[in-house]
Amino acid sequence: MKKVLALILTLCMVFALCACGESKAPEQPAEAPTDAAADAPKTEGSVYYLNFKPEADAAWQELAKTYTEQTGVPVKVVTAASGEYDTTLTAEMDKSSAPTLFQCGNQGAINTWGDYCLDLKDTDVYKEMTTDSFNLKGENGEVLSIGYCYEAFGIIVNTELLEKAGHSLDEIKNFDSLKAVADDIHARAGELGFDAFSSSGLDSSSSWRFSGHLANMPLFYEFRDDGVTEQPATIKGTYLDNFKKVWDLYTTDSAVTGSDLLTATGDMSSAEFKEGKAVFYQNGSWEYAGLVEAGMDPAKLAMIPIYCGVEGEEQAGLCCGTENCWAVNNEASEADIKATLDFMKWVVTSEEGTTMLAEQFGPCPFKNAKTPENVFFAQANEYTANGNYVVTWAFNYTPAVNDWRAAVVDALGQYTGGTGDWSAVQTAFVEGWATQYNNEQAAK
Amino acid sequence: MKKAKKQRDSSALNSKLIRRPIQRCFWLFLLPTFAAFCIGFLYPFCKGLFLSFCKFKTTSKWQWVGFDNYVKALSDQSFIHSFLYTALFAVTTLIVVNVIAFAVAYVLTRGIKGSNIFRTVFFMPNLIGGIVLGYIWSMIFDGILCRYGTSILLEAKYGFWGLVILLCWQQIGYMMIIYIAGLQSIPEDMLEAAKIDGASSWQTLWKVTIPNLMPSITICTFLTLTNGFKLYDQNLALTGGRPFLQMADGSVVKTTEMMALNIVNSFYASGGGNRGVGQAKAVLFFVLVAFISIMQLRSTRNKEVQQ
Repeated sequence: MKKVLALILTLCMVFALCACGESKAPEQPAEAPTDAAADAPKTEGSVYYLNFKPEADAAWQELAKTYTEQTGVPVKVVTAASGEYDTTLTAEMDKSSAPTLFQCGNQGAINTWGDYCLDLKDTDVYKEMTTDSFNLKGENGEVLSIGYCYEAFGIIVNTELLEKAGHSLDEIKNFDSLKAVADDIHARAGELGFDAFSSSGLDSSSSWRFSGHLANMPLFYEFRDDGVTEQPATIKGTYLDNFKKVWDLYTTDSAVTGSDLLTATGDMSSAEFKEGKAVFYQNGSWEYAGLVEAGMDPAKLAMIPIYCGVEGEEQAGLCCGTENCWAVNNEASEADIKATLDFMKWVVTSEEGTTMLAEQFGPCPFKNAKTPENVFFAQANEYTANGNYVVTWAFNYTPAVNDWRAAVVDALGQYTGGTGDWSAVQTAFVEGWATQYNNEQAAK
Repeated sequence: MKKAKKQRDSSALNSKLIRRPIQRCFWLFLLPTFAAFCIGFLYPFCKGLFLSFCKFKTTSKWQWVGFDNYVKALSDQSFIHSFLYTALFAVTTLIVVNVIAFAVAYVLTRGIKGSNIFRTVFFMPNLIGGIVLGYIWSMIFDGILCRYGTSILLEAKYGFWGLVILLCWQQIGYMMIIYIAGLQSIPEDMLEAAKIDGASSWQTLWKVTIPNLMPSITICTFLTLTNGFKLYDQNLALTGGRPFLQMADGSVVKTTEMMALNIVNSFYASGGGNRGVGQAKAVLFFVLVAFISIMQLRSTRNKEVQQ
């Protein structure tokens, strides 16, 4: 009996060791090339794409599969969990099979990963671009990452509810008129059955809308006044009072106020808007698919600029820019780099690729790009066509962006919850910028 | 007949002729575990130690900087704060968890009805992961605190006691099991002798039960102390270090940030240029926890009695 037992245990051990060994065997391309690929040029490289938008994961996987079927080149797409892109990238870049294609979407990312970015100038995919303005460059003008789509954010309005409350979009031209409309709706919320703004939650799933996007307003106007065109070491916070005005408006004319906002999530806010419990919802063009899916009528959705009481803001347009920038890993093998560049070119030129980009990401700055259905982009273009100025994404200059935003969010939370005052927000905003800039420079 | 065969078998197994070849192959049996230990612990530990003297963004591209990282780590205000905070937390939970766990174990070995159900229920929280616990408790705390217009993220003291309650809830059941095992192994005759000698139950507890329980107390204090120091996921999920204390120079002190969280945060701070500092902090942290637990083991071991 014991002999049998010993035999079984030995077998188990041998089997376990074999299993360990087997999993380390190199991965073979999943599928054999099809007929169509037989005459395609043989390449040994492969593509490993680290995607940072969980909502676009399925579309990327599908596209990668199509590409492999057509060319035989293996494409691996990995998507970082929401909010975990930085840590995932850090871990993945250390592996022997590091991502060949990754995201490097703002100055902070360039500061960290710039050394790993291939100069994309003169590559095929670069030549397909229609504008250089979303690309991020290094100190010597090398193109370190290219913006493959752009986005717009502002205040999304449910025009049906707005009209139900007896107001119209034409009334809202600046901060004062926005406040007048919002105050009126909030005062009659009980009778109307909906409130002005959806909750401005400060949970990490929602706080980036304020520490990132809303904070863009004071940053943009300050940089415009001072002619800032590169990452500044310090900021003055000239327009912080305007930031305060909007924040106070968001957190007063809403069903959720005070300390409840500290743990309110992004899903809550979006649900309030989708269920018709709020007229205004600050977010961006990427919300479009979700809103329509939830049964909202695109004809009754509009996006207006974030008005914050700055002089001349009647002429403001939507906030347009991007953090969706591709960078190619210059540490990858030559074959992999070539495969990656070929894949990128295919994505922006092929029928399948351009369709996917238009559906998932909206307008893309490539010659063959398709026009997206997203109404928010049409509205963004309308503002520009009417001669309004575009509010650019000034927040892309933020140094050590996660640290800076965390401090601003906490200060905002204490101010809103009643345990802190506005001066802490100011300190986190202005002095925090200088501190983080210095930290980042010192760590370079 | 069968019995005779069994005896033959066992004596055959014990014979040197069989044992010696097996003994000679001991390394073969040790190999899998040792390999796992090397891959999963020794190698990362040595590399971590090495990297604490380097500046790096990815672990394969490093640059030697000597003790620079240690100097920076020790002059970091937030690290010192997190150390003091963690020490306070560890001592608090050490006392609270052990006292309550012992009390519960004591009650549940008195032979009351349904002891097994109680034991199971008290043990259960230990089966839930820290992150999940953190989020669930943050909802519970905020559900209560929002009635008073505040939140666990607004006051450092709420964060501290919140963490203490959470950790107690999670660990009391586990420590209770260890204490129950200890209580059950106290020889009945000793307790009986005490009774016959006329000792009160209070005297029995202090003079007989607790001295005999010292091995359990050693292991439980060791576990609670190190768990208190190493706490990470509950801290991350419950408060994430908030509220922050905004300093005038623009830096922040995260008032409820414990050491492990501070290390991870500094690893990712400043766009990843500070990883060496995080690594140096991790080494300091290791030395500290090892030192404290060895001291604690020594001091309680001395009090153990031979049964």
